[in-house]
Amino acid sequence: MTQTTMPPVDKTSPVSAPHGKISDRARSERRLGWLLAGPAFVVMLAVTAYPILQAVYESLFSYRLTDPDNRSFTGLTNYWVILTDSLWWQSIWVTVLITVVTVAVELVLGFALAMVMAKALSSIRPVVRAAILIPYAVITVVSAFAWQFAFDINTGFVNSWFAWLPGVSADTDWFGDWGTSLLVICLAEIWKTTPFISLLLLAGLAQVPEVLQEAAQVDGATWWQRLWRVTIPNMKAAIMVALLFRSLDAFRVFDSIFIMTAGANGTESVSFLAYRQTIARLEIGLGSAVSVLLFIVVVMIAMAFIKGFKVDLSSARGE
Amino acid sequence: MPKAVGQVRPGTGSASSRRSRRRSPRQRGVASAAALLVAAGTLAACGSDSGGASTLTWYINPDSGGQAEIASRCTEAADGAYTIQTAQLPRESSQQREQLIRRLAAEDNSIDLISLDPPYIPEFAEANFLAPVPDDVAERVTEGVVQSAIDGSTWNDELVAVPFWANTQLLWYKQSVAEAAGLDMEQPVTWEQLVEAAEAQDTQIAAQGIRAEALTVWLNALVESAGGSIIEETADDPEDIELGLESDAAVRAAEVMRSVSTVGGPAFSTAGEDANVTDFEEGDAAFMLNWPFVWGRALSAVEAGTLEASVPEDYGWTQYPRVNEDEESRPPYGGINLVVGAYSQNVDAAYEAAECIVSEENQAYYFVTNGNPASKASVYDDPEVLEVFPQAPVIRESLENAAPRPQTVYYSEVSGALQREYHPASSLDPGSTGEQASELISAVLRGEQLL
Repeated sequence: MTQTTMPPVDKTSPVSAPHGKISDRARSERRLGWLLAGPAFVVMLAVTAYPILQAVYESLFSYRLTDPDNRSFTGLTNYWVILTDSLWWQSIWVTVLITVVTVAVELVLGFALAMVMAKALSSIRPVVRAAILIPYAVITVVSAFAWQFAFDINTGFVNSWFAWLPGVSADTDWFGDWGTSLLVICLAEIWKTTPFISLLLLAGLAQVPEVLQEAAQVDGATWWQRLWRVTIPNMKAAIMVALLFRSLDAFRVFDSIFIMTAGANGTESVSFLAYRQTIARLEIGLGSAVSVLLFIVVVMIAMAFIKGFKVDLSSARGE
Repeated sequence: MPKAVGQVRPGTGSASSRRSRRRSPRQRGVASAAALLVAAGTLAACGSDSGGASTLTWYINPDSGGQAEIASRCTEAADGAYTIQTAQLPRESSQQREQLIRRLAAEDNSIDLISLDPPYIPEFAEANFLAPVPDDVAERVTEGVVQSAIDGSTWNDELVAVPFWANTQLLWYKQSVAEAAGLDMEQPVTWEQLVEAAEAQDTQIAAQGIRAEALTVWLNALVESAGGSIIEETADDPEDIELGLESDAAVRAAEVMRSVSTVGGPAFSTAGEDANVTDFEEGDAAFMLNWPFVWGRALSAVEAGTLEASVPEDYGWTQYPRVNEDEESRPPYGGINLVVGAYSQNVDAAYEAAECIVSEENQAYYFVTNGNPASKASVYDDPEVLEVFPQAPVIRESLENAAPRPQTVYYSEVSGALQREYHPASSLDPGSTGEQASELISAVLRGEQLL
């Protein structure tokens, strides 16, 4: 048995439309389009493009906020300093690790939760949905504090509740080592953002045509076969969009690290590095260069998803 | 609970700082109305001496309400000459600096008075963010003030801040354990003796092993106690700064740190001042290096019924331990000094207010109610202070010996680099850590490395 998806439907083009020339109507529609989208476009330029361009510009200078008189143009030196620094590569590695681990776990968990939400009895469905979504409504800093307090050696309950697990005792200092710190950071991130993924997947689940499920059932397919051959192939677009959004988000991880370890034990992420150069050291040039590099990496991830996995963002909306 | 300055825990209270920064529309309305009034008053006052009453904004570090009370007392005493309103900064000193420096870089003229942590004073002074202290004010506010507080307010041989309260760390110990270990606490003790006693009594030494400002505080005290300095020669050009991290004193300091980490308890590498107090109160640690706020905290815990009264009764306190037996220790110096923002529109009134804030009476009040020791020596003879803080004479002596952290414009970088290299204390290699830290600091100051 192969994968079963609905046959593609050819998009019909109007027969009467003349080719090559734009009609008056099309032109006025285009103008209306610009008028409608224009304000949003301007706002996007002001709040997104302008800061990005400013960061690119600043990154070419040696510039300390408290010493504006000694600002000097240094070309690409800042980028050279960053790319030859082992701290940069270490934080890239930590960030990639957090991204891969959290997104992978969230995908599986989120899918399971989406199935629960989709299949729950209609009487309890609203309650189930609300319960699953609560973590997503919690502010990240607050969730980071909650997890920190839970695992703290003095105030936490984890050490006494889970003392039966091998490796956990009353003396386990979760934030004292690289591995255990990252474990707690990942747990907090997973707890917080799994609902986001499951929401996107729920939308995808709703798109799987019931007829295909029924047909497969009639053919004698088991639940497992239907999941892998019918459900998942039909919601590939939704899965890819969920993965893309979460990966971009996860790569910018900051709050949990800032609260829990403040970068100790080699847990700095790339965003944390940008924070420390720009805000703590006040080296605007160097910090901007870190931010620009972070931006480039995020763009590369998005490109890789869109080109590599052929994610069509519009298909997630069922067009 | 009174907070010690220099106390840095990852990200505490950022929410409250955000809340305090955001003003309600009404407050904003009041502020702009006040600004209008001031403007109108100034215009109307042209040609006459009677200016309108000015509203001063005092940016305070979070405390137990003492500074707000002092602000209202001084407002009352000013009899209409000025009104002080307080605005609360984030809890950690490093975040206080981050917020203030960005606002001052943008020439924020709403910043009149600031409660500033001493190590950041050179950076603010060098960036011309501080209004110069008038000579007559400088003379008055340094009279009878402990030396370390004057040093901490001075940059390039000039007083740039008004000493407010001065903090220092003491060695706190459980009398019963010290007795059992056979330690004579009347005599100065060394770190070595403490580590031996802790090992023999199967207890811990609570010190600040966390990767935060507190670690720099500890390291600096150890290096200074051993007769060295983290920065031996400071300079305007970061490349000319001479570091003393490869000296014998710095090696001794690293040795002490590593040996203390072996009796520092399971969470030594994440322990800050608050965790230290908890360990000390609960009896896990019998020795602790900490600021005097721990006394106030114990007393209020007893009052609240969360701590047995017998626990603080067993508290003992003495001078900071020595690194070398025959050399007096140099305890950490902290506290808060007052500075006036360079872009303030009421500099004269602000200095007038600052003088009122640091009056002997207010310092005594702040000491007794919030547990923050005074910078004026005479306060330590106040019977009321002595009643609540029997350790006042020890604190005063400690303040006379206290060594400030390295005074440099680049303090934040120096401290950040030290924290990176000297954490965790258990993995220090006294022979090479100093060299690595020196290299990192130099590279960071030259702009050749990330931090």
